[in-house]
Amino acid sequence: MINIKTTNRYNITTLRSFMTIIFSLLAALVVISIIFLIAGVNPIFAISEIFSGSFGSYYGIKETITKAIPLILIGSGLTLAFRAKFWNIGAEGQMLMGAIFATWTGLTFGEALPSYIIIPLIFLAGFIGGGLWGIIPAILKIKYSINEVISTLMLNYICAEFLTMLIVGPWKGKERFGFPGTNNLPDSAILGLIPGSRIHYATLILAIICAIVLAVVIYKTRFGYEARVVGENPEAGKYAGINFLKTSLILMAISGGLAGLAGVGEVAGIHHYLGYPASISSGYGFTAIIVAWLAKLNPLYAVVSGIFFAGILVGGDAIQISLGLPAATVEIVNGTLLIFLIMGDYFLNNKITLRFSYGSKG
Amino acid sequence: MKKIQRLEMEAISKSFHGIHANKDINLCVESGEILGLLGENGAGKTTLMNILYGLYQPDSGQIKINGKTIQINSPVESINHGIGMVHQHFMLVQNHSVIENIALGYKDTPFFFPKIKIRDKVEQFSKQFDFHIDVTKKIWQLSAGEQQRVEIIKALLNGADLLILDEPTSVLTPQEVKELISILREMKAKGHMIIFISHKLDEIMDICDRVLVLQKGQIVGDADTKDTDKKSLARMMVGRDIVFNTTKEKLTKGKKNLSVENINVIGDKGLLAVNNISFELFKNEIFGIAGVSGNGQRELAEAITGIRPISSGKVKMNGKDITNKSPRYIYDRGVSHVPEERIRFGIAPGLFLYDNAILKQHHLKKFSKRYFLKYNQVKNHTKTIIKEFKVSAHSINSQIRNLSGGNIQKLILGREISEQPQLLVASHPTYGLDVGATEFLRKHLLDLRKQGSAVLLFSEDLEEIFELCDRVAVIFDGEFMAVLDSDDKRFSDIGLMMAGSKRI
Repeated sequence: MINIKTTNRYNITTLRSFMTIIFSLLAALVVISIIFLIAGVNPIFAISEIFSGSFGSYYGIKETITKAIPLILIGSGLTLAFRAKFWNIGAEGQMLMGAIFATWTGLTFGEALPSYIIIPLIFLAGFIGGGLWGIIPAILKIKYSINEVISTLMLNYICAEFLTMLIVGPWKGKERFGFPGTNNLPDSAILGLIPGSRIHYATLILAIICAIVLAVVIYKTRFGYEARVVGENPEAGKYAGINFLKTSLILMAISGGLAGLAGVGEVAGIHHYLGYPASISSGYGFTAIIVAWLAKLNPLYAVVSGIFFAGILVGGDAIQISLGLPAATVEIVNGTLLIFLIMGDYFLNNKITLRFSYGSKG
Repeated sequence: MKKIQRLEMEAISKSFHGIHANKDINLCVESGEILGLLGENGAGKTTLMNILYGLYQPDSGQIKINGKTIQINSPVESINHGIGMVHQHFMLVQNHSVIENIALGYKDTPFFFPKIKIRDKVEQFSKQFDFHIDVTKKIWQLSAGEQQRVEIIKALLNGADLLILDEPTSVLTPQEVKELISILREMKAKGHMIIFISHKLDEIMDICDRVLVLQKGQIVGDADTKDTDKKSLARMMVGRDIVFNTTKEKLTKGKKNLSVENINVIGDKGLLAVNNISFELFKNEIFGIAGVSGNGQRELAEAITGIRPISSGKVKMNGKDITNKSPRYIYDRGVSHVPEERIRFGIAPGLFLYDNAILKQHHLKKFSKRYFLKYNQVKNHTKTIIKEFKVSAHSINSQIRNLSGGNIQKLILGREISEQPQLLVASHPTYGLDVGATEFLRKHLLDLRKQGSAVLLFSEDLEEIFELCDRVAVIFDGEFMAVLDSDDKRFSDIGLMMAGSKRI
């Protein structure tokens, strides 16, 4: 008989947590390789293709950075929520709500206002939209004890359908010639690109600033302290007199708000109009969960892990074309990585010992 | 025919981390007998029963059934031998019905249609012992007493001839206690044997034939209930006559600090945990609350400090109403709190030492400026606490979960005391500390008293209570049995008061 014994591990060194990440990624790669094999593709070739497609060429790098922008924004916002153990799975919806608010602002005021006013304005609108969508589950959780995983997830669908309703209905633009979608944003509300790329630099700069500010918020401020205490031990939070409602509202406003900013970037930087929800959010809200997790819930690391996962997205597109694999392949890769990262955490926090014993009956 | 006629435990010893939980314990029960196990919390009663139930292995000693030595490696084996245990916390699935819960734990439950097959059996048992239970009800719809009966049925169905009941009355209302006692008498008449764990003298005297008194893991008394009385049992349980210690400096008590007026507090189980308690606390005074833990101490402390709602009554601090105010509001009125379950309430385990050193105080001006925390001051403050309270930690930049329990406790105590509170609510502050740290802490409490603060001290350690306190209240079942000056001679009967059989 094998006895599995788990004990809490108290001394967690930086080296050990770093090695855990490396081994989790390696273990994930093994499983991903098996999946590639089943699909009839040489796994070593496929994996090297992913990385050469994303980081191996000038074009690949530009695309990677473009996709890293929303991942960094959402991912760093999620680090804050996850630190307080607020499981925000609703970044997709918050991002879309940001996009909706920004589009409305841009279409309504864009013609009349110069760029240097309208662009800050649409970012502000996007932050408010995402933030409002974020605080709904916070209220539901604190006031009515409704599980935030369910409510944030469901709010994604509500927002996506709401957006679809807008673009096929009242907001449908003449410029789309009958296809769903709004008119293009006026030129003043469109973000500038780094020449020869799709990198909307304003959002990129904003993303990096947000990650830095958030790191300061988490590690240096009273609010960050309270969020961390609540996340580590809610009972201690209660004992310490922390106001759960206020803390949750603020952190979800920030987390949702940053997702909203990502939505602004996608609309004003890439698409220039509000189209189908899947094309706007492209699953960034879910991928960002893995980004936050790989970053060990540190917003600064989220910049790095955001770029890493953007690379996998771009590389995934590359192997779709070169190896003829289905589009879902990337999602399989991402999902596998996340599962192994989370499992790695378990093995980091707990020591597992196997004991072989031969049962004796008295 | 019963499987067990006679069960013996011989010279059982068990230690955890070098501390004896049980030492050389001999115990014997026979068919048709109810044996009481009496002792304070931590006396080793539950450990002993867990050994019998197969949850722990003894370090030495043996268990015999009908004179034959047996080995019990797991609860399953224990059940096969005819031993059943009803834990203090019930092991039932809340969303399942009574019959489903019983089927779940029953060894002969058929794979198909389990409920139908065992239903008759359950109803037959139910009738036999007068259980009055609707087997189709869900567990969450039942009262604690009914849930306990489900547990008893489970044990009996599995053929338990020996039933162990761990503090069975702690969750019951007085009416339910009466019903339980009549069930136990019925079982006794049918030849079952019962081991009844309790710290309540009245119950022990009422239903047990024989009683073993445990203290610090050893048996200090063994008597037939008809040959003994509550008073001598109480003395055995407490273990000594109370020595009144008067080394502390005499101080005249100052102005009124805290006043508690007729408060009622509901406990976690939904029953009244604090029953109409009133008292006053003055500056330069340490007020002790003695009692076996679980008699409302935690709820009282939490109610005063704002963690638990007060259902009726008033609490005032320096004349200001603090009833049901937020913990922070109460803290800002000068009330510090060393919680009973320190690890659960007192720290955020994954955060650094210095983060934990300001928990509850981080909003104070000296640690924060506008939105930011002044980490330099915080770190210096942490260093001071660590030095002064001799917390051994290799760095203040390490997670507090790396510290031992004793050191975590010293840090919490340092944190709460160093702020010079006007009132310190301290629950078992020295529990688990070594001798040196205990002395050091007691000196600190006396210093606080001298400096004009008041201390509300909850403790099970009577020596500590009488060494430190000016006045002492004895709490039992949410009520004060007595409130006396600590040098009052009537405290010679404190054991009786703690066990609920004497009120002054």
